[in-house]
Amino acid sequence: MIRQPQLEVKFRTDETGRYGDFGGRYVPETMMHALLELEQGFKEAITDPAFLNDYHKILHDYSGRPTPVTYCRRLSEAVGGAQIYLKREDLNHTGAHKINNAVGQALLAKRMGKKKLIAETGAGQHGVATATIAAYFGMPCKIFMGAVDVERQALNVFRMKLLGAEVVPVSSGNGTLKDAVNEVLRYWAAHIEDTAYIDGSAVGPHPYPMIVRDFQRIIGDEAREQILQQTGKLPDAAVACVGGGSNSIGLFTAFLDDPVQLYGAEAGGKGTDSGQHAATLTKGSVGIVHGMKTYLLQDASGQITEPYSISAGLDYPGIGPEHAYLFKTGRAIYQAITDDEALDALVRLSKLEGILPALESAHGLALAMKIAAKMKSAQSVLVCLSGRGDKDVRTVLHALKKDNSEGSDAQ
Amino acid sequence: MNRFEQYVQRDHDMLFIPFIVAGDPNEEATVDLALTMQASGARALELGIPYSDPLADGPVIQRASKRALAGGMTLRRAMRLVETMRQKGLNIPVVIFTYANPLLQLGLDTFFHEAAANGIDGLLVPDIPYEESHSLAQRCAQENICLISLVAPTTSDERLAKICASAQGFIYCVSSLGVTGVRKKFHPDIFPFLERVRRASSLPIAVGFGISSREQIVELKGVADGFIVGSAIVSEIEKRADPLKIAASRAATLDEIKQALLKKFGTQAETAVPTHHA
Repeated sequence: MIRQPQLEVKFRTDETGRYGDFGGRYVPETMMHALLELEQGFKEAITDPAFLNDYHKILHDYSGRPTPVTYCRRLSEAVGGAQIYLKREDLNHTGAHKINNAVGQALLAKRMGKKKLIAETGAGQHGVATATIAAYFGMPCKIFMGAVDVERQALNVFRMKLLGAEVVPVSSGNGTLKDAVNEVLRYWAAHIEDTAYIDGSAVGPHPYPMIVRDFQRIIGDEAREQILQQTGKLPDAAVACVGGGSNSIGLFTAFLDDPVQLYGAEAGGKGTDSGQHAATLTKGSVGIVHGMKTYLLQDASGQITEPYSISAGLDYPGIGPEHAYLFKTGRAIYQAITDDEALDALVRLSKLEGILPALESAHGLALAMKIAAKMKSAQSVLVCLSGRGDKDVRTVLHALKKDNSEGSDAQ
Repeated sequence: MNRFEQYVQRDHDMLFIPFIVAGDPNEEATVDLALTMQASGARALELGIPYSDPLADGPVIQRASKRALAGGMTLRRAMRLVETMRQKGLNIPVVIFTYANPLLQLGLDTFFHEAAANGIDGLLVPDIPYEESHSLAQRCAQENICLISLVAPTTSDERLAKICASAQGFIYCVSSLGVTGVRKKFHPDIFPFLERVRRASSLPIAVGFGISSREQIVELKGVADGFIVGSAIVSEIEKRADPLKIAASRAATLDEIKQALLKKFGTQAETAVPTHHA
């Protein structure tokens, strides 16, 4: 089934790319031309049925969309509250939702006559998705990755190279994701003529948060239809994890005008009072980073601080501006989930349903389980299972071993 | 008459506008470096505020920012250094070069209060482009602070006209795409670009990003009024960070830097007659 192209796309932003007070375009003048050109190109593409048809066809034929919605009978029983349903983005080609956006932006790049693709990556998932679509289209591709992450994610680095991409280690700053974002933007500013920057999350200067949302909203659009078909009604709550916030905004967008409570799970790391977390909305304050005004983790003089999470995909000091807006207006509720809570959810879903979620997605699941426990059995909770956990097996093994040894020490 | 009107004029020959990072390698050295720049012929000083995520800067200024942040430099402390520079005889206008977030966190009220109290003349925020600048520009005008605007070769005529209509002090022309840092040659597109800027504004126009040699300055004569040098100066400071930190070796080191700059660029007196060095 190829879904009908959607012609009604809501632009909830004004000309300057604002979501309330958030968003905008805080970039050097050297980047403005590229952003204005991209905005124009995107607006034309997203209302062109031929473009949308290509996008949906590739996602269908190459990535296996639509992804199913799976009812979790045993998990729901164990939690003892609302019925839990998963939107299975883990079943996409490359194992996560990132491919939806990479396909859309790469198609847009081709349409706009760009010859090369560049992207940043933290854990490597968006890098892999971009390298994948670059291989599919036969386009040269450079992936910028913090030098520390290159060390930590050796397998994904090899995977990207295998796909034909060049991995550029970034040693500026702290050598992590935020520095990779800076470096890819710097590189882009110098190579805008023939190079498209494929932004991996719903962050950055306008129009990126809008573009990423519109290429990820397929998650929510499909899920809304599927859950209506399966249960005959809308879910009572929709839940997703939030780092930059691409899978969550993709899920939320379909339900914004519905009586559905929206929940985002941010990374609570070792606890929001530990100083080691990525709980941007719970603990952060308003500022400007990576071209957008949003909530971020910073010190009193406005220097960006390094976030922490067991899940590399949530390890980001800011958050997409539309989430900042949904948070400020109260339309969505955001809660921090700790490393331990996410690990526990990962183990339970594996044992009870035979599904190994990514550590990122396990944050969303942990929050969904908390919420579901307080709800009635006639109610339902829809969770975006944004990716599969194969990539995290080593981290999980290490973390569980540590937990066990700490446990026996205590006895 | 404000300091810009006094020092940054189109009829002055090739205005030299250096950039240094506040707190690199320490506060005392920054004050003395500012005075050294003035003694080397600077007609304005850009005082860079270190930032953790400097989007427009190349590796040299990134490293300087890291050194300065390690020493605890902040926007407020940097602004207070200017008062010390003034007491020691700095007369040229000082432009605070800061990314948007440190400014936002300090707060505009505090910023303008400190600017007035410490003899600061201008503000340049590289990540606030024209579209985001309106309320800041209004406030700067009220407070008598020149908000310096960046324009790039990719800036369209339409944007250029809008930017130049509200520009103050001088127009900062980015020589090439990408980030700050030393480049050997100008892109040939720079000359038609500078002509476009000249038509759009009556303010002095200064070229920055990648200025590293006397040859480049000679090329700019007649098409621009001045040049901004950042990375090439900051790398001279980087080479001498240790002796600059210590009072006993500072004066001799500053003299070395002055000589190095003289060799690289000539001061304004020498660039006026470049043929003497040909």
